[in-house]
Amino acid sequence: MVEMSGAKAFVKALELEGADTVFGVTGGAVLPICDELYGSGTRFVMARHEQGAAHMADGFARASGRAGVCLATSGPGATNLVTGIATANIDSVPLVAFTGQVPRGMIGTDAFQEVDIIGISASATKYNIQVRRPSEIPHAVKSAFYISSTGRHGAVLVDIPKDTQIEAEDVNFPERVSYRGYSPNPVPDPREMDWAATLLSKTRRPVIIAGGGVVAANASLELVRLAELLTAPVTTTLMGKGVIPSDHLLFAGLCGMHGTGEANMLVSESDILLVVGARMSDRTTARLEEFSPGAKVIHIDIDRSEIDKNVETVTRVVGDAKLALGGILDRLNKIRLDRQTNGAWLRKLEEFRRQYTPPEQPGNPHMAAPKVMKALRRALSRDTLVTTEVGQNQMWAALYFDVYAPRTFFSSGGLGTMGWGFPAAIGAKAARPDLAVVDIAGDGSFGMTENNLATCVEEGLPVVVVILNNRMLGMVAQWQRLFYGRRYMAVDLGKSPDFVKLAEAYGAVGSRPGDVEEFERAVGEAVKSEVATVIDVSIDPEENVFPMVPPGKGLREILVEA
Amino acid sequence: MRQLNTVAFLVENKPGVLFNVSNLFRRRGYNIESISVGPIERSDLSRMTVSVKADSRELNQIVEQLAKMVDVVSVKRLDPMRTTMREMLLIKVNTADPMAREETLGHVNAYHGLILHIDPDSIIAEITGEPSAIDEFIDLMRPVGIEELSRTGVTALEKGRLKL
Repeated sequence: MVEMSGAKAFVKALELEGADTVFGVTGGAVLPICDELYGSGTRFVMARHEQGAAHMADGFARASGRAGVCLATSGPGATNLVTGIATANIDSVPLVAFTGQVPRGMIGTDAFQEVDIIGISASATKYNIQVRRPSEIPHAVKSAFYISSTGRHGAVLVDIPKDTQIEAEDVNFPERVSYRGYSPNPVPDPREMDWAATLLSKTRRPVIIAGGGVVAANASLELVRLAELLTAPVTTTLMGKGVIPSDHLLFAGLCGMHGTGEANMLVSESDILLVVGARMSDRTTARLEEFSPGAKVIHIDIDRSEIDKNVETVTRVVGDAKLALGGILDRLNKIRLDRQTNGAWLRKLEEFRRQYTPPEQPGNPHMAAPKVMKALRRALSRDTLVTTEVGQNQMWAALYFDVYAPRTFFSSGGLGTMGWGFPAAIGAKAARPDLAVVDIAGDGSFGMTENNLATCVEEGLPVVVVILNNRMLGMVAQWQRLFYGRRYMAVDLGKSPDFVKLAEAYGAVGSRPGDVEEFERAVGEAVKSEVATVIDVSIDPEENVFPMVPPGKGLREILVEA
Repeated sequence: MRQLNTVAFLVENKPGVLFNVSNLFRRRGYNIESISVGPIERSDLSRMTVSVKADSRELNQIVEQLAKMVDVVSVKRLDPMRTTMREMLLIKVNTADPMAREETLGHVNAYHGLILHIDPDSIIAEITGEPSAIDEFIDLMRPVGIEELSRTGVTALEKGRLKL
């Protein structure tokens, strides 16, 4: 026990968690905390808007595998964090958010910059806590890191009233915290693994759908081994991209609304579908009634509530994906597998790939987005970290940008938060300054959080932003083109600023390559640059992302051209 | 088929937990018929009993989503065959008409209820029983003239050795 102020206890508790970087925006209700951070060893990365701070912490967490930390003041500071918190939480990212609150005596009086952030964030966090005494702060901080980074990862918010930061009290720093209602047990039930292995040993047409849970559990190795043992094609959700190298023989691409034809067809014709760490959202399953009608579904997930939520399963393995896949592999290695028939199944992968590859559009003077993605890949080393924004840019990246390792490709999958990719890239760069970091952006998305260029330059975090610029909110425009008779409403971004000049105005570098070769060179220079670079790539506003399963249709109804 | 089910769970007895539970039900669109809550023999925990209309898949989701909450310590779907269930009703009946008064007293008596208060014009009665018996009683009293009523919601315990 030692007497100290709440703010001092807070900064010490952060240090004990090994949190060396805080992304945030200051304000009245966190002044005591900021005063303690002054001169401390903690790096404070100042965002220009709290949403950016939350996304930076999110990107930091995804790139490092450790919880990301963000801080905001009360009221608008706290509400501005909410989009970032919800984005991290739905993608099961360990994010810890701290908010200042008005002094205890003023809570509930509608005081200046008071907002009920506990109520507001309840639906968007895994857990939240409002502390009421300085002595509660170390426990709350420890709990936030513990709960966010165990079980199914998620966001935790801790709200700290200003007077609690100022007041001094005897505090102690617990070694560990426990909650009676929270015991994340990662060890799978052996009987569940027995049953899964038995089913898998009899499959003729297996397909694996791998999601973000495989990344979170660091289970790529086990996943690829299992796929090879079963000769099972692997398709991933957006969150799972990277768990198997894109150039692996068994990789079928993304599945779902913007999945590849081969992935969607294989899923539709499989007899056993092994789902690993995926939520089976509507974007992955398309029309649920028509989803993989002939398949028995085996679902591995650390979150029991995900099983049978959307897709009905025949069996499940609840637990950590690495342990579950490892256990199933051990069991299968003891069973003689009939591998003869799977050659034919693998040939189907090739067949479907030929059948459903979208045709090129000859004679178009614009750079085609898939070609830009391929060129970007050529210009980058295999370990480069890539984030995306949301919309067409994201789906082009998902479909055409190859990824070779987990934790090198990040995207806002569940919430689909435009403006996420750029601040997330900054956070990723803060976590991994040794690696190049590139944000694949659209002009619409970049416009939503472009003010983070200031942070980028100020903090010496030189990320590269590649804007696929079609002067449109492209994905919405695509839907209006395909499903609303070209009645374009509120999608024209023709009056956006000159992004090259914008970059320069912030002290960053801007460039506008004229063709794919120039683009490749520009990327090569940008990743070596000491300051952030914005590369503005003009593409055809009429270009659609294909393949696409139209909304409300089944996975087999694949459009490859308009 | 969406049937009426009872789910009982123990929660940390601290501020905000009731909000989080009801927020979960609201957000996921589960249809609560009734909810009752009170501290148990160990005062740091409260027991909640929720009566909810759901099909079996939805019910499974409700149980799993509740189990996932940090402040929910244990949760169970109660098997109606192995559970005693009770609900209490307070009902005020207009008895200005002597016939109504007589009818009310007869019905309350038949349902083993208690008369709690008598005014010249009204009677307040208490009925305790299975929720379906409460429904029956209310239907019976409708033609007599209900002024107002209040139900506590279902509370339930499993029989024998079964416990939460």
